[in-house]
Amino acid sequence: MHSIESFGTHDGPGIRWVVFLQGCKLKCLYCHNPDTIETSGGTEYDIEELVQMALKMKPYFGKKGGVTVSGGEPLLQAKEIIPFFKRLKEEGIHTNIDTNGRILNSFSKELLDDYADLVMLDIKHMTEEGYLALTGVSCKETTFNFAAYREASGKAMWLRYVLIPGITNQPELLHAMGKYFKDYQTIEKIEIQPYHKLGVHKWEALGWDYQLKEARENTPEELIAASDILKNYFKKVKIN
Amino acid sequence: MKIKTFNTGIWEKTINLRDFVTKNITPYHGTYDFLEGPSEKTLKLWDICKQGTKEERQRNGVHSVDTDIVSGINAFQAGYIDRENEVIVGLQTDALLKRSMKPFGGFKVVEKALSEHGLKPNNQLSELFTKYVKSHNDGVFDAYTDEIRKFRSLGFLTGLPDNYARGRIIGDYRRIALYGVTRLIEAKKQDLANIAGPMSDNVIRLREEVSEQIKALKEIVGMGKSYGLDLSRPAENAQEAVQWTYMSYLAAVKEQDGAAMSLGNVSSFLDIFIQRDLEDGIITEVEAQEYIDQFVMKLRMVRHLRMEAYDEIFAGDPTWVTEAIGGMLEDGRTKVTKTSFRFLNTLYNLGASPEPNITILWSENLPQNFKNYCAKVSIDTSSIQFENDDLMRSKRGSDDYGIACCVSFQELGKSIQFFGARTNLAKTLLLALNGGRCEFTGTQMIDGIPVYTDEYLDFDKVMDNFRIAMKEVARVYNDSMNIIHYMHDKYYYEKAQMALIDTNPSINIAYGIAGLSIVADSLSAIKHAKVKPIRNEEGLTVDFQIEGEFPKYGNDDDRVDFLASNAVAEFNNELKKLPVYKDAEPTMSVLTITSNVSYGKKTGATPDGRAQGVPFAPGANPMHGRDCNGAIASLNSVSKINYDDSKDGISNTFSIVPKSLGSDEEEQIENLATTLDGYFSRNAQHLNVNVLNKEMLLDAMENPDEYPQLTIRVSGYAVNFVRLTKEQQLEVITRSFHESM
Ligand code: SF4
Repeated sequence: MHSIESFGTHDGPGIRWVVFLQGCKLKCLYCHNPDTIETSGGTEYDIEELVQMALKMKPYFGKKGGVTVSGGEPLLQAKEIIPFFKRLKEEGIHTNIDTNGRILNSFSKELLDDYADLVMLDIKHMTEEGYLALTGVSCKETTFNFAAYREASGKAMWLRYVLIPGITNQPELLHAMGKYFKDYQTIEKIEIQPYHKLGVHKWEALGWDYQLKEARENTPEELIAASDILKNYFKKVKIN
Repeated sequence: MKIKTFNTGIWEKTINLRDFVTKNITPYHGTYDFLEGPSEKTLKLWDICKQGTKEERQRNGVHSVDTDIVSGINAFQAGYIDRENEVIVGLQTDALLKRSMKPFGGFKVVEKALSEHGLKPNNQLSELFTKYVKSHNDGVFDAYTDEIRKFRSLGFLTGLPDNYARGRIIGDYRRIALYGVTRLIEAKKQDLANIAGPMSDNVIRLREEVSEQIKALKEIVGMGKSYGLDLSRPAENAQEAVQWTYMSYLAAVKEQDGAAMSLGNVSSFLDIFIQRDLEDGIITEVEAQEYIDQFVMKLRMVRHLRMEAYDEIFAGDPTWVTEAIGGMLEDGRTKVTKTSFRFLNTLYNLGASPEPNITILWSENLPQNFKNYCAKVSIDTSSIQFENDDLMRSKRGSDDYGIACCVSFQELGKSIQFFGARTNLAKTLLLALNGGRCEFTGTQMIDGIPVYTDEYLDFDKVMDNFRIAMKEVARVYNDSMNIIHYMHDKYYYEKAQMALIDTNPSINIAYGIAGLSIVADSLSAIKHAKVKPIRNEEGLTVDFQIEGEFPKYGNDDDRVDFLASNAVAEFNNELKKLPVYKDAEPTMSVLTITSNVSYGKKTGATPDGRAQGVPFAPGANPMHGRDCNGAIASLNSVSKINYDDSKDGISNTFSIVPKSLGSDEEEQIENLATTLDGYFSRNAQHLNVNVLNKEMLLDAMENPDEYPQLTIRVSGYAVNFVRLTKEQQLEVITRSFHESM
């Protein structure tokens, strides 16, 4: 398993120990961790080694926290995550996957059904063209199918949505998302991730062109407006 | 008499506050919803105080000083802020914020402090104290050896209480409210009668001390009378209980100007009286809060006369009115009461403040509602600190204790401690590299260390030399402490505080070290990288070249963290070997107050790459900016220092930006409370929490008038940020502000 790790308070409920897995098939324009996109590199960890590290941190998890596997796209290594989560569950540690929902193979299904207490699904964009422009891949349906699969499992899910002025914050897009998901029972909340430029230097360090240079960060009013729209459809809307 | 309505116990037969509290406490598990805002009277008084402190800042930090009267328990006439609005009365002198002279610590210090404000003591007093009366300071310097003077003047031993009062002793300020002075005098007289011959030094001294205590108790009654209060009898209601308790504390700060004058653990004791009056329908919640607000307001107005140089080690004019709140009883119930909440609520009612130095005794088993409220107060005010109740209660064997000064356990009424300032462990390491010579002057400080000439530093050789250096520094340090405490007892005995403590209490001496993170990183560099010392013509190290990477303390990396915990253990072991005055038990702390800045100035370049003059990290903190793996990794490193090796406390000051605790208030509160649970579950001892953005501090430096109450935790205590020197402010700003967990 390739990974780097740290603690977070914006990666699921409570204080989370976050394991970032290397590799992603997308190349989102705003990716904060572009250094995790390449499928090579990272440090290899033995699963039991990771479990022991998580156990050491258990006192900081409290009642809500736990382990989040993020990336990159963690489900590229769904097969390896299964035994990891299995062990964490044996130790009574809450598990969470932060995913773009592009991989729905037998391993990720097993993970969704049996081992991931929570899934945080990144919706990215509600239109086909928008999705392609933003992520470099087409067929947003894959993500929707993923959501449907999780819904059928009856287990908790959060949606995440990166809000970029002029690109993802149009009211019609927000309404479309709300309408599409409003009847989902497993969605506990949706988190708006305000777009910010903190990842830019990482892109530059990789020698890649940061194409979103023109985009700007949200004003507080824009964040509230987006949140107000989503509140019509979701139990809980949070601005991260 | 009302007192009969309390639950009975052995507290009725002997002086035993713990028994009274345990038998009568009403633990509270609810939320903070019941709390009330400040009364009109309180707000009127606070306005006057705010005006007074503003004038104080304008007058270079000192509002006014009485230059005629030597302060004492009953030396001044009654003083008021605004009599008709005061439900709790009493000031140190006859006017708000007026400071007084306490020359028994050292008359020269008083003269110096006065002259810095263009004042001088009345001529008769000058004559008296220069010709006839000997002070603590005079006594100490009569006995100091040349060696101690050398260690002191070259900065190996610093902040020694040899020209100011040692403080730290906590009187059990609850005693008068429960028993009245008459009963306490009877008990002391009984004790005196039982202290019989043969008349050895110890016995004679103790007899004299107890006689002094009895005099102090009589003076306390006199002081009470000047305010129309009859302190000879027990308090009869909640208002009196608060008033009597404050009067007891006031006696201490009229007589002594110790660096730290802690209050103890009075909140849940007072709650017993408040709860009874509330149940009897005698008072309302508004009144209960009013008593506490006004009590706390008085505590905020305590002042001592200090010279400017004092500010280097204790910046921001602190008084350390440390009040320990919360914790658990040995029987498993919590000590949290509604009055625990009321004390914290004052931080909202009157705004943030460094004093009293509120210390939450944190236990895994504290009521969750209280944990969350403490986290909220911490996030909102950055005014409170946290200590591990589970750890201290089990290791020190008592559930009735206060915090002396910043971080130190002290069982109330049964034990005291001797303040030991601290030694500079980073300079001690440099002795090891310089053949026992001072890195600046070349003065031979200690013998027996071979001159080191190798091109690169070898870890084992350095450690051998470092051990010799630690042993020798410990010896001189111990010598100085024995002299200081002998003389303090002789010339500046704390009779008011000791009158409220059992006769012949157990004592621990509170040694301390500074520069731990520098020592750890230096040893790590020597061990894991290649370190080449640059020496001047005299062969003294002036700089170091480091080749390669090395693990740094503060990143949860055992390779270096154990070097830190070992250094603590080894120095503590050296101290433990040495005999102490009055058979005190040696204990040690890792704590710097704000002296980390001046320590830095007095320490040459170190092998970790720190340049000469750069401030140390405070207390047991990792060096500024070197703990770059997030907040929890940093906390974990500090938690590896074993409390058994540093029983006087391990201070950690932690700054985090609000956002990294969570995105909204509810999350931030939960996550801070959980972080505290996690940190303390690893047997860590202390945590100062600042939840702040650096930008706000920068703005406060530019516009101090807009931030008169901005409070930040520095090292075991809190200060008004705007009262720090520019240099200290900058040091605070360069500390690690964790932007990630
Ligand atoms: S899916 Fe996530 S990791 Fe992959 S490129 Fe997009 S933002 Fe980056």
